[in-house]
This record gives sequence, C-alpha cells and structure tokens, in this order.
Amino acid sequence: MKSIGESQDEYYRGVRMVPYDLVKELVLAIGGVGVLILLAALFLSSPNVPPVTIAAWALADPVDFVTTATDELAGTTTSAAYGNPYNSNGSGQKWGPIAPQQWFGTRIPIDSANTFVIQPLQRASYSNTELGGAINTWEGATADQQAKWLDAYSKALPKATVTDGKVAVATGDYGPLPVMMSNLVGVAQSGGLDGLLAVNGRFYQTDYTQALLFMGDGTYLSGQAQQANLTSSQWGMMNETGSYPGQTWLWLYTVWYQLPPFTSATGFLGFNSSNADLGIIILMTLLTAALALVPLIPVLRDIPRWVPLHRLIWRDYYARKRTTA
Amino acid sequence: MDATKRVIVPPVPGKPASWTLRVRQAIDRGLPMDHLLPDRQPYYVGSWVYVFGVITIAALAWVIVSGVVLSFMGPQWWHASSLGRFFNSLHFWSVQLFFIFMVLHLWGQYFMAGWRHGRAATWMIGVVIFGVSILTAFTGYLSQQNFDAQYIAINAKDAMNGAGIGAFFNVLNFGQMYGLHVMLLPIGVTFLVVVHIVMVRMRGVVKPIDAEGGARP
Repeated sequence: MKSIGESQDEYYRGVRMVPYDLVKELVLAIGGVGVLILLAALFLSSPNVPPVTIAAWALADPVDFVTTATDELAGTTTSAAYGNPYNSNGSGQKWGPIAPQQWFGTRIPIDSANTFVIQPLQRASYSNTELGGAINTWEGATADQQAKWLDAYSKALPKATVTDGKVAVATGDYGPLPVMMSNLVGVAQSGGLDGLLAVNGRFYQTDYTQALLFMGDGTYLSGQAQQANLTSSQWGMMNETGSYPGQTWLWLYTVWYQLPPFTSATGFLGFNSSNADLGIIILMTLLTAALALVPLIPVLRDIPRWVPLHRLIWRDYYARKRTTA
Repeated sequence: MDATKRVIVPPVPGKPASWTLRVRQAIDRGLPMDHLLPDRQPYYVGSWVYVFGVITIAALAWVIVSGVVLSFMGPQWWHASSLGRFFNSLHFWSVQLFFIFMVLHLWGQYFMAGWRHGRAATWMIGVVIFGVSILTAFTGYLSQQNFDAQYIAINAKDAMNGAGIGAFFNVLNFGQMYGLHVMLLPIGVTFLVVVHIVMVRMRGVVKPIDAEGGARP
C-alpha cells in the first residue's frame, strides 16, 4: 500500500518546486497580526457598558418593577408562561412531531410567583412583622381572592405615582399587595434582591438565571437594549453596544429572524413566528451540514470551476499553461 | 568487552513486534518531517489567498495568549482595571481578526475547490472548526460581564430553549458558559486546528483547477 507521504511526492512529480520558508512565514504572520491587534486594542478599546442590576431597574423605573412583580404573582409574564425548561405552563415550540423543548422536561424549575416575589419577601421578613403578616394574609387567601386583588392592583398601577422611589396607587381593595410590593421594591432598590435571587440559599454562585429572567420580564432592560440596538428585530445577536463589532459571523443566522416565514403569523410549511427559533436552528443545522458536505454535492462543488476567480488566484499557472500550449 | 555497551539488533523484515516502533514508522510514512516543515513548495503557490490560512493561525495564537492572561487573572479583573481592560481589548480584537481571516480562508478555499484530490476530509474538518469557533466566541460574548452579555443571554435563551438545547446549555448560567469558554471549547478548537494543519501538510497544497486530476474529490 502506498503511504500518504509517498503519494504527496507522486502528486507533485513533474511540478516545479520553489524555495519556501514556512517557519519564517508563521513568525512574520504572528508579528504582523500582533501589531494589528495591539493597535486596535490601544486605539479602539472594547465594549464596557456596565450590566443592569435589579437595584438600578427598581430605582430608575419603580413602577415597571412593581408591575412586573405583580404580573409574576398573577402568572402573566413571559417567564411564568414560558414552558420548558423552566415550567410546564407553556407548550413550547414545535414543528409537527418535532418538539425538543418538551422532550427534555423542566430541568431549570422556575415558579415565577414564588421565585421572584414570595421567597425573596419571606427572606426579607425575618425582622419585619408587617411584611410577615402581609405574606400570611396573601398565602391564606383563596385563589379567587388573590386574583381579585391582583386585578384591581394591576389596573391601578398605570396611574401610580412615585415619590422618593416609593410607588403609590389610588385607594382600593388590594389586600396585602401594597405592603408586599412596597417591601419588595425597597429590598430591590437597596441591592438586596440582586443578592437574594443570585445567592438563593448558597454561598458560592455563578448562575444568574433567576435574576436575568426576572429582569427580562420587565420593560426596563429591553428598553435599554432597544436604545443600544441589541434587540432581535435590530439584528441584536450581531451587535455590541456603541460602534463595536459584535458576532458578525452570525449574520446568516440572524437574517432569518427578519424574513418570512419566520416573521409571519401564518407561515409556510408549518414554520411561522411562533416557532421561529426552532425553525431557524433546524435550517442552520441543514445549511451547516451542506457547507461541510460541499465536496460531495453536485453544482455546489462545481461553482468554483464555473466562476473564474481561480484564474486570478493561479494566474501565473494559467499564463504558463497558455504559453506552453 | 564493556558489559554496558548497547547491542544493535538488526531490523526484522515484515511488521515489527514493538507497538512503539509501529507507531513511529506509521508517523514517518504518513507525515515525514520534510512534509510537516517543508522548505519547498509548488511554483503556483504565489497568491495572497494562501496567506489567509497562516494569518488565521496567527490570530488564534493571540486569542489563546490573551485568553490565558484573562483567565489567570479572573473575571473581576477585565472590567475593573485599566490593564485588565487592555487585555480584554486584545482578546476582543484578536477574536474579530481570527474570524475575518478564517472567513477569507474559507471563501478562498471554496473558490480554489481546495477539497479536490482526496482533501474532502480537510475541508469538512475546517467547517467543523468554523462551527466550534462560533460556539466558543458565543460563550465568550456571554462571559463578558457587561450589558451586552446580559442582553445576548436573554435574547439567545429562546433559540436554545426552542431547540431543546437550553435544557443542558443554559446561556443564563455564567459559570457554565465561562467554564466552556475557557476550557473545553478552546481545547476543541486547538485540537481540530492541529488535525486540520496535519491533514494539509500530509497531502500538500492542491493543484490548480483543471490541472491533472480533475476538479472533483
């Protein structure tokens, strides 16, 4: 059997070989590219906009914070009705029988009312008898009563006023909600909720799932993202804050979010805006496989022969071939 | 006679019994040193297109060097000190250049039909490197610890969850993303790049299109 080493010698038999210094080329490339990187780092720096904290949110827009917390209790936020992997309250995305969001179950359990409101308030109520009483009243009430309080409070919040960071609504029958929300916004404004959602009974932690989901349910964070051109309708996955390039190599992935059928309610072949994430992942998987298999796919593998760019790349070779022909 | 003197055993014809010797001989046959570090190449290798591969490797070297410094100093460093931010910037721009050069290399190889004459696997490994690099960069963008990282995570979770990936690959979990970014994924990219380079050196540079051998694999 012929070895590959021998077959390379055979492959180049009759081809004129010229001197070449691979190591020198590599060293020069590392040096040259290093200079480019150094200049870019020195003169252009890198994205450095600080992250949004729950405290910043509660201070900047306490009404949005309280509205979001109230919606978490009512179970009407995105997280509350998300479905897997957080809970079973939503059906998740599927395409015909393909429903991977359902297949793997609830692996990161999030009960919005308890996780974002009740549990943090319980931790904050150790030395606060008024808050402890309000939580007991809430938990002792029937679901029907809770729904009536939530409905009345939610309707009052759009006209809420803010004084010294405290949210006040018109007089009404809201049960213990004003006390609960007043305490929650106070804890949040002091930075306590950032810690409670992150630490969550542990000491060491690196998981920000709860805090990010809670902030994602409000409008403050998405408003900041809108201003920075980071939302999905603004090709968000490709952007960074300021004028910095983001993941521009994701352009082909991001472009589908701007086009039908993934922007359409009716869609095509079962793909529409409600299962766009799943559809685009399936499409990109197929396209990536096609790119890998280009050498085996007729037409795709023939395009380089049809497009004469190779005649520019190997112009010396073709010029020599013409003169010797 | 000196009792410690080495006794040279003459080679036995056929397959050697020593596994070590078999491996060494296979490496010698498959990738002799003059193919791994060649000092000559075909005369038609003259275009700047050929430079895209080596500058991609150069950018990767800077990605790794700057990344090692960042991971050594830890996540609190790069946004909290001017030196940390400088190394963060080195890492940021080396990644940008790595992708620019890699995409140029990919398109260059496409229009040269670089997969011809038994090089299809080299092309396929290259596409896998591109995919794993995108995943590595994605976890890096999620590990920045700035506002961008926050919103990329919130945006990206729906795509991951919709495809069922989010049950195991939680983009909101900084610890998981950071661990993947500084350990498993860079090892994967580096290993695949080494395999890719070895495959290129084993077979050498492909001949021009329409040269002897045709355009198909």
